[in-house]
Amino acid sequence: MTDLADLSIADAGAGLRSGEFTARDLVDAAITRAAVTEAHLHAYLTLDQDRARAGADAADAAFAAGEDRGPLQGIPIALKDNMSTRGMETTAGSRILAGYVPPYDATVVAKLQEHHAVIMGKTNLDEYAMGSSTENSAFGPTRNPWDTDRVPGGSSGGSAAVVAAGSALAALGSDTGGSIRQPASLCGLVGVKPTYGVVSRYGLIAFASSLDQIGPFTRTVTDAATMLEAIAGFDIRDATSYRGDTPDISSLLDAGVAGMRIGIVKELSGDGIDPQVDQACAAMYKALADAGAVVSEVSLPASEYALSAYYLIAPAEASANLARFDGVRYGLRVDGETTEDMMAQTRAEGFGPEVTRRILLGTYALSAGYYDAFYGQAQKVRTLVRNDFAAAYEKVDVLVSPTSPTTAFPIGERTEDPLSMYYADVCTIASNLAGDPSGSVPIGLDDGGLPIGFQIMAPALHEAQLFRVAAEVERLAGFDARPALATSEVLPA
Amino acid sequence: MPVEIDIAKVAKLARLALSEEELVGYGAQLVDILEHAERVGALPTDGVTPTSHPLPMTNAFRLDEVRPSLDRDEVLEQAPQRDGEFFRVPRILGES
Repeated sequence: MTDLADLSIADAGAGLRSGEFTARDLVDAAITRAAVTEAHLHAYLTLDQDRARAGADAADAAFAAGEDRGPLQGIPIALKDNMSTRGMETTAGSRILAGYVPPYDATVVAKLQEHHAVIMGKTNLDEYAMGSSTENSAFGPTRNPWDTDRVPGGSSGGSAAVVAAGSALAALGSDTGGSIRQPASLCGLVGVKPTYGVVSRYGLIAFASSLDQIGPFTRTVTDAATMLEAIAGFDIRDATSYRGDTPDISSLLDAGVAGMRIGIVKELSGDGIDPQVDQACAAMYKALADAGAVVSEVSLPASEYALSAYYLIAPAEASANLARFDGVRYGLRVDGETTEDMMAQTRAEGFGPEVTRRILLGTYALSAGYYDAFYGQAQKVRTLVRNDFAAAYEKVDVLVSPTSPTTAFPIGERTEDPLSMYYADVCTIASNLAGDPSGSVPIGLDDGGLPIGFQIMAPALHEAQLFRVAAEVERLAGFDARPALATSEVLPA
Repeated sequence: MPVEIDIAKVAKLARLALSEEELVGYGAQLVDILEHAERVGALPTDGVTPTSHPLPMTNAFRLDEVRPSLDRDEVLEQAPQRDGEFFRVPRILGES
């Protein structure tokens, strides 16, 4: 029998409702798995076993009383540690917030709890979600369950690693330039960034507010739809929350792609993409065509400038958002003669190198005399990127590309060269600039046994089309490999 | 175009008390990144409206209703230093 820790949300839900096992059994299986894998991975920053078991018991008690709050009831779920959890430490992977215990829950956390989902704990991330490898955490890197000498991607690398390893059945991450899709790709998972505004960011520690979105990591496309349906919706406490009806997510999962118009992004194939990744994606383009889709090549000419625009816009917003971490109300304080000294000392000591670098970059890009040349120009490029997408979506229903230009890279390979690290997001960033939904689905392994991810992008609020194609890609790929760490071949720690 | 940065001034604006050595290191990295980011200047953008936000929204209003706020003690509990119902900080004014 499959270990309970390796079930999909859908299969776990079926077993809970048939009485085959309990929520407590599921949580115990995830905790048992974590006891083996965490020594290798360091994916959790907080794993609260008592709270998880209590949550499972509450879910079981609800089932026993005939109360069923839907498909997440009793499911063990992990949260990226930039989502506020009342009574549970929330660090954003930063020294400056070590020991901080939020006095409130993020809206996504409250929603999961309303569904009687079980919160396992908090996962590691690049400090303030700034990075593509989870090596920038102040608490040490997370390793990839498929090869522990390699990164899990980032910034939501801990969330990806726990779902791949089986120490949670699903997880939430946040995606500012690819921080859900890229680690999902590198860890062989489904990861989705919904349309900007569809999921509330209330209680998410902000990085770049015009780009950040919360979304799920799961093992199947159906599970991702289930998670997204649970957390989506207007929230009065997030001023950027989308006020219209929550878009349809799951009604086309079984519709197939016959007759759909699918565009291959010309700029995201060939040069700059690892040949094995490129070939695997090319094979999937062909498979989609064979399944009845009308597949063509589409150009997004401004997209080659998207990375440069992103690395001005995101740090500019971050430099403003991170001004609040000043040693006054929470977190670290380093003494100083005056309040200004105290703040400057606290921030210098509390922030790690990548966060410091981006605050400096953003402060410079926004400062008098440089604003127009850098930030202002980047915002205009953002408009051009959006125009490219709008033109493309007149011809096609969705766009497809690799999720990441490479499979998982070795730990330490890119830490000394910020630009090479930034390039890891080259396929994912345009979708954040546009505010559109996008997702990654695993389609195979490279020669080294590392997962390859396939990206699908759709117009704003067209999640149903995104999930429709994702489900077909999942069926066509038939990806069912599991990392060695999640199987019985695990070495003792 | 070579990028010039007064990194000490930028660090002061950002309230980051960095050492001389750190300033030199970050200064050099910023020049590298900005010389790459300057590529955004290569695109013709005359007459292009900047996008600051992906959704076409201006103001987000809600009803002016009384709602519970966070518990004061629970909030102040997290302060590095508190004085009763206040956050406590060092003196605000400098020497001058």
